[in-house]
Amino acid sequence: MASNATDYIKHHLTFWNSSHEGGFSSLHVDSFSVSLILGFLFAGVFAYVARNAKLENPGKLQLFVESIVEMVDTQVKEIFHAKSKVIAPLALTIFCWVFLMNAMDMLPVDLIPMAAQWIGFTFFGADPHHVYFRVVPSADVNVTFGLSISVLICIIGFSISAKGLGGWIKELFTAPFHASGPVGTILLAPANFALQMVELLAKPISLSLRLFGNMYSGELIFILIALLPWAAQWLLGAPWAIFHILVITLQAFVFMMLTIVYLSLAVEKH
Amino acid sequence: MEFNVTLLGQAITFAILVWFTMKFVWPPLTNMMEERAKRIADGLAAAERGKQDLEAAEKRVADELRQAKQQATELILAAEKRANQIVEEAKDAARTEGAKLVTEAKSQIDQEVLRAKEALREQVAGLAVAGAEKILRKEIDAAKHADLLASIKAEF
Repeated sequence: MASNATDYIKHHLTFWNSSHEGGFSSLHVDSFSVSLILGFLFAGVFAYVARNAKLENPGKLQLFVESIVEMVDTQVKEIFHAKSKVIAPLALTIFCWVFLMNAMDMLPVDLIPMAAQWIGFTFFGADPHHVYFRVVPSADVNVTFGLSISVLICIIGFSISAKGLGGWIKELFTAPFHASGPVGTILLAPANFALQMVELLAKPISLSLRLFGNMYSGELIFILIALLPWAAQWLLGAPWAIFHILVITLQAFVFMMLTIVYLSLAVEKH
Repeated sequence: MEFNVTLLGQAITFAILVWFTMKFVWPPLTNMMEERAKRIADGLAAAERGKQDLEAAEKRVADELRQAKQQATELILAAEKRANQIVEEAKDAARTEGAKLVTEAKSQIDQEVLRAKEALREQVAGLAVAGAEKILRKEIDAAKHADLLASIKAEF
């Protein structure tokens, strides 16, 4: 049982990698395709609603979409005071997409991997033991870092567009410590730069690792619960699943909120 | 933990999604919602205006009703007054007419009485003359005593 359990967990935590050797040029087909499908699902549903939006007598789907848009709009207006056409759609995309990716955690842990094994075995003659499918994209560091590095690029872009390239570079060396004379400024420049770099890099790392950690641990606990005898699984599975509904939503919300906060800090002058 | 090209793929997908949302999702939805908010505000304002109009109209109606009532009361009073006046006038006319009739009748009666008296007098005079004639038949010469007879007649 022990080695079986280890194998089971290991199997569930292995990505469907496009190459057996791995390496930087390989692709996690499962995370990438699932996140792509979910992204298109979000974009498709929202664009459909936006295209068919009715001013009077909106349908239930439209009301649902509107309530999400309203929520994001309120948060953005409260936190971000500068003018920007990008930030609200960006926040909406993050919230919905991350929520959908997290929500994959609610699927039974064996459902998609087993379906993938069956399809792989039946149609492609693959060895079921070597068919891997991890269905929660946000439990993949590549996915979370892909998001947070994009956010970092946005932060830098917002800073430059608000302060100019020179202003931003100048700020990297002159804040948070201000000196009065030129000598002091030069002396403080390395310390300022180091602190600014830490501040800048801490943002995407904390963003992505928070999301990744939450989703990875959630997934792992579901896998561990799946190891229990089937009659006892509901005892732990049900509370954890219910609790996880909160985690899923909260993590999506936190990712969105922090992105808005970081971007509003980026356009503010120190 | 292993970084590979998935990260890049994710970032590209993300960029496409944000662009798509920015282009096709956010503007139409927020515009529509703003439009709706505006329309609701307009509707509420119109309702408020309507309410005020209604109040004003109700006030006007009450005013006019009161005025009409007052006018009606005035009309009734005037009519009553006029009716009384007409009755009075009729009474007066009747009274004067009655009085006239009475005086006419009286004067007629007086005339009749006078006439009757005259006739009576003449008859009495005649009778007296006839009586006297009978008594004095032989002694009185009608021609001689014509003056006397006429004076006796006049004394009746």
